Amino acid sequence: MRIEMHPILGEAQWGPKVTLMVDGKAVDAFEGEPIATALLAAGRRVFRHTTKRDEPRGVFCALGRCTDCVMVVDGRPNVRTCVTAARDGMVIETQRGLGHWGTEQILGEKGEQGHA
Amino acid sequence: MHETEIAIVGAGPAGLAAAVEAAQAGAQVTLVDENARPGGQLFKQIHKFFGSKAHHAGTRGVQIGRNLLSEAEKAGVEIRLDTVVYGIYPDKRLGLACDSQSEDLKAASIILATGANERPLAFPGWTMPGVMGAGAIQTLINIHRTLPGRRVLMVGAGNVGLIVSYQLLQAGAEVVAIIDALPGIGGYGVHASKVRRAGVPILTGHTILAAKGDQAVERAVIAKVDSSGQPIPGMEQTLDVDIVGLAVGLSPLAELAWMAGCQFAHVPELGGWVPVHDEEMQTSLPGLYVAGDVTGIEEASIAMEQGRMAGLTAAQALGCLPSQEAEIKKIEVRQRLDALRVGSFGDARAIARQRILSLSVPQGIREG
Repeated sequence: MRIEMHPILGEAQWGPKVTLMVDGKAVDAFEGEPIATALLAAGRRVFRHTTKRDEPRGVFCALGRCTDCVMVVDGRPNVRTCVTAARDGMVIETQRGLGHWGTEQILGEKGEQGHA
Repeated sequence: MHETEIAIVGAGPAGLAAAVEAAQAGAQVTLVDENARPGGQLFKQIHKFFGSKAHHAGTRGVQIGRNLLSEAEKAGVEIRLDTVVYGIYPDKRLGLACDSQSEDLKAASIILATGANERPLAFPGWTMPGVMGAGAIQTLINIHRTLPGRRVLMVGAGNVGLIVSYQLLQAGAEVVAIIDALPGIGGYGVHASKVRRAGVPILTGHTILAAKGDQAVERAVIAKVDSSGQPIPGMEQTLDVDIVGLAVGLSPLAELAWMAGCQFAHVPELGGWVPVHDEEMQTSLPGLYVAGDVTGIEEASIAMEQGRMAGLTAAQALGCLPSQEAEIKKIEVRQRLDALRVGSFGDARAIARQRILSLSVPQGIREG
């Protein structure tokens, strides 16, 4: 949920509106804000699943220190979404385990071809 | 390799204040911070500070941050953002990483103002999305204007827990309760009164047993504890919350001081292991100074004064500041520090500080 009006800070000053592709779906964001806040505002809570037990993780420290919120961003795994600025057209995927290089769609297609 | 006279790590209140003092004295100062914006945690402190006018009382942290930043820019401080300091070498060289590139920065003096880390608290379900640091909540709501949830349980009734709870109310969230395992409220009465007036119950003598939910927090189970801190069977309550905030203290972020080989002391009142330093913020290693929460957890106002002290001392050591002028300024800093450490909270910290100072070997002996 966005905080539009604030009793101390006044009206929010947002950057230009941009669109992120998150697990194949369009999500609104403001350019320059952390990816994580756009996702939280869109109601997302799970950002990744752990390697060994597949447990869900979300935003914990919001400072770029704990790495709980890492996702695959533009084909790059382990990107700390709480300190990475949102840019228009970014392709973001929920990370499973250590993640992967390249986007899932590409890997998926290749994988299917490989098995065929 | 780049060179500078004084390299400062961390552009929070301590680092900025150190940079301002040193640069105003005429030293060449390079201030390095891993974040995209300077100011450390100051820009999320939207409450008014305490103390006297000299301590910026009545001014909100965010404004103090803006003032310090403009002073630093005016004084000609070079600020390098998005730059991680990953190493420190015996010849006063720092290893920097920026944009996937590394480089060295050599300095005559180094000031470490690396701040602190929020402490976690382990209980069943604590790793689930929805359990987060109180500082994380503060960053999200006050800087990024985004609420991570609607109904919050705050664990910890110290100043951070109380202040962030109040700021959650200002942001439009509901704070279902603030709990603390201790029998009393740890934070200042003025902060506790504000949340209580707003109708938030503060349950002392209560602990969290579990956070529950399918993929993320949907409920929290709390319980009353006995005098030894153990949960009393039958005294559990389940609260419908989607966020559990952890405000259970901070730990000094002292990796670089450890790496450098500084002498350390364990001081529980100040958050654990801290680098031993003298009154002028010099560590056991000549030319390596510390300031702010890395020296022990206190407050932003204290961090700024420690930063000023470190900046003055480093500039004086470089010959930028006539010693008489430096001594006068340092006496003023000491007086402001003493004035900040008053009351029962301040007394305990002041005594702990004395213990650190008593461990510091005077410079003459160290070099002899």
